[in-house]
Amino acid sequence: MGQFKVHRVRFFDFMPSGIRCMAFNSKADRLALARLDGSVEIFNFSNNYFQEKVIPGSDSRSIEAICWVGCDRLFTAGLNGEVVEYDLERLCPKYTLDAFGGPIWTAACNSEETHFAFGCEDGSVKLFEILPDKIQFERNLDRQKGRILSLSWHKSGMLIAAGSLDVIRVFDVKSGHSVQRILVDRGSAGTSNKDCVVWNVAFLSDYTIVSGDSAGKVQLWDANKGTLIKTHLVSKWDVLSLSVSENEDSIVAGTSEGTVVQFQLLSPKIGDMETQWVRTRTFKHHTHDVRAVTETRTAVVSGGLDTQLVICPLMDKVEVKSSESVLRKVIFPHRSLVSCAKKPSLLLFQFPDQLELWRLGGTDTIGKPGESLPVTRKPEKLLQLKRKGDDHICCSTISECGHWIAYSTVSSIRLYQLQCDNNNISITKLPKVLRSAHQLQFSADSSKLFVASEQATIHVISLSRSECKHVHTFKPKSGSSAPVHLLAASADGQWLTSANRHCEINVYNLKKLKHHCMVPVYNSLPSAMAIHPETNNLLVTHADQQMFEFGIVDKQYTDWSRKLQKEGLHRCRLKWGTPVTHITFNPQAPSQVILHDTHMFCIIDQSLPLDGLKAQFYSQLTPKDTSETDKPCKNNALKICSKYQPLLHVNLLEDDWLVVVERPLIDIHSQLPAPVKQKKFGT
Amino acid sequence: MAELYEGFTLCGLAAGQSRENSGLLGIEPGRDTDHVIVTGAGRTVTVYKVSDQKPLGSWAAKQGQAVTCPAVRHGQTGEYVAVHDSKVLRIWRDEDINFEKVFKATLSATVSRIHALPSLEPLVLFQRGAVRQLDALLAAPQQAVEEVLSEEEVIRWSSCFLEAEQPLLLFSTEKSGECFLYLQKLNPNVLHKYNIGSEGKGVCPIGFTATLENKCITLMCLYSNGCVYKLLVSLHPSAEGEQHLPKSLLLKLPVSEGVLRRAAIASLEEGHIAIVGAPPSASTGDRDFLCIWNTNFQTLQASKELPGGAYGQLWCNAGKLYVTHGKVLTVIPYRCEKSSLAAALGKLKQTSTQEVTSSPSVLNWNSFPDEEAALQQRTGMRTRSSKLNPKSQATLTTSINQVLEDIKGVSREEVEEVLEPFLSCSPISPQFQLDLAHIAVELLKRCQADPGFYPQSVLARLAQTGRLSHSSCPGFLMLALEKRDYFLAQLCLQHFPDIPEAVVCAFLKAFLSVVDADLVQVSVDLEGVSLMDDPGQSLEGVQNGFSPVLLEEDSCDVQLTPPKLDQSSSWTDVSLTCPVGLKKSALLNEIIRSSYSESFLLPHLKDLSAQQVILFLQYLQYLYVRSSGDVYTQLPGLRAPTITQIMDWVSLLLDAHFAVLVMAPEAKGLLTQLHRFVRSQVRLYSELGKIQGTLQELGKIKKEQEIGLYSIEVIELF
Repeated sequence: MGQFKVHRVRFFDFMPSGIRCMAFNSKADRLALARLDGSVEIFNFSNNYFQEKVIPGSDSRSIEAICWVGCDRLFTAGLNGEVVEYDLERLCPKYTLDAFGGPIWTAACNSEETHFAFGCEDGSVKLFEILPDKIQFERNLDRQKGRILSLSWHKSGMLIAAGSLDVIRVFDVKSGHSVQRILVDRGSAGTSNKDCVVWNVAFLSDYTIVSGDSAGKVQLWDANKGTLIKTHLVSKWDVLSLSVSENEDSIVAGTSEGTVVQFQLLSPKIGDMETQWVRTRTFKHHTHDVRAVTETRTAVVSGGLDTQLVICPLMDKVEVKSSESVLRKVIFPHRSLVSCAKKPSLLLFQFPDQLELWRLGGTDTIGKPGESLPVTRKPEKLLQLKRKGDDHICCSTISECGHWIAYSTVSSIRLYQLQCDNNNISITKLPKVLRSAHQLQFSADSSKLFVASEQATIHVISLSRSECKHVHTFKPKSGSSAPVHLLAASADGQWLTSANRHCEINVYNLKKLKHHCMVPVYNSLPSAMAIHPETNNLLVTHADQQMFEFGIVDKQYTDWSRKLQKEGLHRCRLKWGTPVTHITFNPQAPSQVILHDTHMFCIIDQSLPLDGLKAQFYSQLTPKDTSETDKPCKNNALKICSKYQPLLHVNLLEDDWLVVVERPLIDIHSQLPAPVKQKKFGT
Repeated sequence: MAELYEGFTLCGLAAGQSRENSGLLGIEPGRDTDHVIVTGAGRTVTVYKVSDQKPLGSWAAKQGQAVTCPAVRHGQTGEYVAVHDSKVLRIWRDEDINFEKVFKATLSATVSRIHALPSLEPLVLFQRGAVRQLDALLAAPQQAVEEVLSEEEVIRWSSCFLEAEQPLLLFSTEKSGECFLYLQKLNPNVLHKYNIGSEGKGVCPIGFTATLENKCITLMCLYSNGCVYKLLVSLHPSAEGEQHLPKSLLLKLPVSEGVLRRAAIASLEEGHIAIVGAPPSASTGDRDFLCIWNTNFQTLQASKELPGGAYGQLWCNAGKLYVTHGKVLTVIPYRCEKSSLAAALGKLKQTSTQEVTSSPSVLNWNSFPDEEAALQQRTGMRTRSSKLNPKSQATLTTSINQVLEDIKGVSREEVEEVLEPFLSCSPISPQFQLDLAHIAVELLKRCQADPGFYPQSVLARLAQTGRLSHSSCPGFLMLALEKRDYFLAQLCLQHFPDIPEAVVCAFLKAFLSVVDADLVQVSVDLEGVSLMDDPGQSLEGVQNGFSPVLLEEDSCDVQLTPPKLDQSSSWTDVSLTCPVGLKKSALLNEIIRSSYSESFLLPHLKDLSAQQVILFLQYLQYLYVRSSGDVYTQLPGLRAPTITQIMDWVSLLLDAHFAVLVMAPEAKGLLTQLHRFVRSQVRLYSELGKIQGTLQELGKIKKEQEIGLYSIEVIELF
């Protein structure tokens, strides 16, 4: 189908931040996850574990606890002593509130969702009332010595268990007094001079308290009597996280060694009514501290310092073999952090705190497939742009001509003009245009900037050398206020499409400055979209791996799209767990679409017949030995290349040049701190 | 092996000591081995009972005075002698309490040290190099003392010995980077001066220790670059005037960077030295260690970390090491045992892969004595083989019982005829093996009963089948020995998998004592000695440009060895004539190649006579020289012994007969040669050890396929 020269780029030092805590909302089937850099991510588990929303982090924010209230309110508390509620529509903090108790180590919400309890550095447990639009301080429970590191409400809402250094206390919520004090032993002789930190407590409805501590123990206590029921030594190091399943028949604990240990409430004998907690399974998917675990209906979800989110299915709970029964590891964001200016061969890398602009290298020689060509011109870092302020960058883009760069944080949008004459690069900052953006996109001729802003509005800004002018604001017809996460503009400058988090895709006519139509809503979030430069057909991929082609002019799905839905692409396409994050077209062969996810990129030729599920599948790069006659696959519509992975970006430049941006996992691992020491056999 | 035991603290060091100065002047032996005299740099002299860790008496000079040389105990009178303020001599006894009131004599010159000898007057060494006996000095304290040393020459170290009831004083001096050694004899008063020579810029001797043995003083000198040199000082030097003393490198300590500053050396018995302040390996960082090294094998025997840092002070007295570190003086008992060659070399058995091919199939140990079971098995066997090969089945049916019956009463030739069809069919089965054993046992019986009957060719055929073993026909080997059938003996050694060590030894003894002339008639398989037909054949095979001779020549040891020891430029070319005949060597090679367990072999080896041992050692040495001269560790030829096998035998022989060999004058040269080739082996392995890390890195590099941060590739999607 084609021969490509590939720029294999590995110099994008993208480093995901470690996972600090997470909370699973079973009603909404969404997982909220906080990272060490203060960013919050929401994963939609019913939508193929898609990373639905990302609230960018901030240097001033450090999150220690995260909590859902209802289906759509999310709170975090952290070491800066502040409680934050987030606006999940605008993807930014709604308000922050100082708890005045020093750093907050833990937060818990009662089962009625009327009150919050926060555990503070000064030893106080602070109760806050949850009001519809805010939270309000109510009172302190009796202050104790030692920081409160973990909290758990009893289901009745009358008691709170609080873990501190060497001790677990049970508070009566009504009186605020401590009614039970349980001493936790410090562990083996060598560590007895170190405090035993009770990292976690969980209060079960049968008045059992489960604790996980720094001596590696998971202990079960009788809260009424204050006595120890059972000790499970699960690690030589700390038990850092603990989670109880919703129906309280399973506990999972994450340790510093990277293991996750499951306990289940089982009866030791068949037919016996008496049950006890039995250690059942150990998962080892992490190399570093497991700082957060939680259990969904069908899976154990864990995350930690090694930055990956692991969704490990519990096979006894999975009924049918489906996407739920696959072990998933989410390492890279489900959006593109790389923008590409095709003509000048520039790549813009987005980091939380800076942007990097690189010019790709080149070669003079021509090679045969499979060869590696000598690099005669090295890639060059043209620009390193540090962001202003505390807030992290949430989106960025570069114009097709390479003269404009724009980025946005939750508080500001900045637009820069780049003058590249010879080797001199100068940048001009243009005045602030708008407050913030969820997504930015330049038009194909670089004359306009499209800014997806609050309330799903899209501002059109015209650019010139001296100034930028607001031209128009598009509003969706549906009145949806969901944040827009994808924008695509057509090459001829007539069409603009936007996709928002309610799965709506709106098409606007830029010439007439009016809403053109809305693509029929599909119940999975779009993960990437692009408008074909010649036919102006909109190609959309969704989080569940489905692909549609929509004719904008005709306002209907194209024949190819219908055929695709009928016959399906090859089964292999569905094997991958990560969503497609970028779509591009081949200007040399207009029928070719190039799309990629983390593990591979593929080229779909729309002119060739779809082979359906039955046809034999070939994915080899260059089978020189196969003769022409055994190449039925020559007419295969789908070509896959999985040579480069993990992929962060694939784009097609001019003259059959392809750029792939890889981020090898080993490079990420090498930047992580050393894991806790473990004796391996024979060392 | 040497060992450092758990140490204990004798006393704390005086307050105010610095990193450089421990505040301790010296430790001298006291009344008996359990007493020591500890002299502090300040004003105190204390006598300790070491086992009790308790001071028995302590004396202190007046404020403002300082004790300047370690107090010693007068061997004859039991008095203590010390010097304070460089010139004031004090002599006192245990019962004296007030130091101020004890005997006092002011001398005319500055005293460097006093050396006590158990049965003689102590010797006083003055700072300018003069030596006096104490009684002579006390007779006239103000007598003039001559200046022996030149200007700016300072005494670094001194020691005294007793040789033929005459005291000897050895001291070293330093003058602007050059080092000299003086040997002072008294009665008659003779002084010899030696130049030790310098070691290059910035490298100076920092520690000395000397022992007197066989009328020769062995001086060991630790240089700041970590080298320990041995200097032999003869008591009766021939030449007059200043002589140059040749050095030989004993040990090179792994000094990681820079130079040693605070280090000391003490010689212990049995070729061991104790070193403080030098690390046991280059990677230990800047912690200080006390180490015991074996100078013969250059191996570290024991080490102990000294917390708090050492000051480079070390004394050895009566099986205990005294070392200052941190804020304490620690006593560490030690023990040195003689190191054997085997312990130094290790024992690595090498089983050549070729041996596997000739080893017989598994024996069925149980079925042989049990005729019933054997018969049953046989019938089972026949039914199976009948389906496969009716002809061989016919042969077998006629065979075994018939054969056993036949060979009982027939002559030698007839035995051959009878057995011929049986041996020629030779199927591979455990049953056949049993049958062979039956036949062998039957033949053995006849041979023993009838001395005239010896069917040599049949026995050889039996042995050659490779199915016989010693356990299945005991006595087979001894019969071969008895009949002096060396050909059969060789076959047995080649093919029997389970020859007991006693039998191996008996064979060895027989082979060694056989006269070469007797072997002329014997036909022996010479495959193992193919290269020895032509002694002139070049063995200097060069592989990848490597020349093995260089290994010997480039080591600094060879360069520094005194010419006396270095008789031949390269010892590899000594005694390249084989000490035994060709056939004998073939037989001996079979012995060397045989498998054994050393603990069982060792008692039997002791049966060999001294002459036999020497001959065998000479042969082994010859083999070693031949094989080590080659880059291949195995001599050419299918059944030549490997170098490890040779070395194992050398070690075994030396372990078994060392005492005898030391006594035998004719073995002396051989032993020296052996010692040197052992040393070269040790060196070879230490060199290999050094490059091990480098080679491992190379292996790692190969695996990684380097993809840089950026590359341009061409792909084709079809």
